[in-house]
Amino acid sequence: MIKTAMRYRWFILSMMVMGLVTIADRGLGSRAIDTTIMTLGEMLFIIPPIFVLLGLLDTWVPKDTMVKYMGEGSGLKGILLAFFIGSAAAGPLYGAFPVAAVFMRKGVKFSNILIFIGAWSTTKIPMFLFELSALGAPFAITRLLVNIPGIIIIAYLLNAIVSREEVETMYLNAERLSD
Amino acid sequence: MNWLLYLVTIIFLAYSYIMDKSKTKKSLMKAWKAFEKILPELLVVIIMVGLLMAILDPDLIIKVIGDDSGWLGVVLASIVGAVTLIPGFIAFPTADLLLQGGAGYMQIGAFVSTLMMVGIVTIPVEVKYFGGKITVYRNLMAYAFSYIVAYAISLVVSLV
Repeated sequence: MIKTAMRYRWFILSMMVMGLVTIADRGLGSRAIDTTIMTLGEMLFIIPPIFVLLGLLDTWVPKDTMVKYMGEGSGLKGILLAFFIGSAAAGPLYGAFPVAAVFMRKGVKFSNILIFIGAWSTTKIPMFLFELSALGAPFAITRLLVNIPGIIIIAYLLNAIVSREEVETMYLNAERLSD
Repeated sequence: MNWLLYLVTIIFLAYSYIMDKSKTKKSLMKAWKAFEKILPELLVVIIMVGLLMAILDPDLIIKVIGDDSGWLGVVLASIVGAVTLIPGFIAFPTADLLLQGGAGYMQIGAFVSTLMMVGIVTIPVEVKYFGGKITVYRNLMAYAFSYIVAYAISLVVSLV
C-alpha cells in the first residue's frame, strides 16, 4: 500500500496541482481537465495493442533471432530493420520506450535501438501520409529526406558519447522493467 | 489508421492463442506488467500536458510564429513544439491552419519537427528507460537538428 503510494507520489502531487489550479482559475482548470481526459483517452486507445504486441514479441521471438537480425554484427540489415519497425509503428513517442526495453532484453544493438527511437519519433509511415495530405509534398518529403540521415547521425552520436558500462546499466535496467 | 494496429494485434494474438495457450497467457501477463511499471510516469505526463495546453493560448501562438517573425519566431515555434504533446491527427491540420493564417514555413517546420522529435513532458518516461544522460542529449540533439529541418523546408518551399 505504502509502496504503491510512493510509486504514485508524483501523480498524486500533480493531481493536487491540478486541483489548486482549478480552485484558483475555474476556466483554466476545466480546460486542463478536458485536455487531460482527451489525452488519457488517446493513451488508453493506443497503449493496449502496443503492450500486447511487445508481450508477444518477448515470449515468441527467441533472443538468438533478434541478435542475428538486429544485434552486434547485424550491419545494414539491422539498421534497415530498426528503421522499418520504427516507421511502421503507431502512437506517440512514449510508446516506443517500453518496446526499446524489450529490444534491449533481446540483445538488439544500442545504435539500432536509437535508430528505432528516431524512426518512431518522426518517420512513421501513417503520419507521413497524413502530413503529405495536410501540409503538401514539398513540406513532407523534404522533412522525410532530411530526417533519414539525421536519425542515423543522432543515433551514432548518442552511441559514441555513452560508455560500454552505461549501456550495460541500461540493458540491466531493461531486464527489471519488462520482467 | 490506428484500427490497423488493432487488427494486426488481434491477428497475432489469435495466432498465438491457437499455437500455444500458456505462452499467450504469459505474453499478456508480461504486457500488463510492462504497462503497470510505467503507469505512474504516464499519468504524470498526461496531467502535465493538460495543464500546459490550457495555459498556451492558440491566438498567442499564431501571433508569435507569423511569417515575418523571422528567427525569433523559429525559436519560439521550436520551443512550443518541444514542450507540447499533440497527436499528429490534430497537429498537422493545426499546422495547415497556422500556415493559412500567416505563419511562415520555417516556423511551422521547426514546430512540427520539435513536436515529433523532442519531448519535454515525456522526459520522466524516457529517463526511466534510458537514464538521464541519453535522454538529455537525445532531446538536445533532436532540438538542434530541427533547425536544420526548418531551414531545409523553407528553402525547398521557396524554390518550388
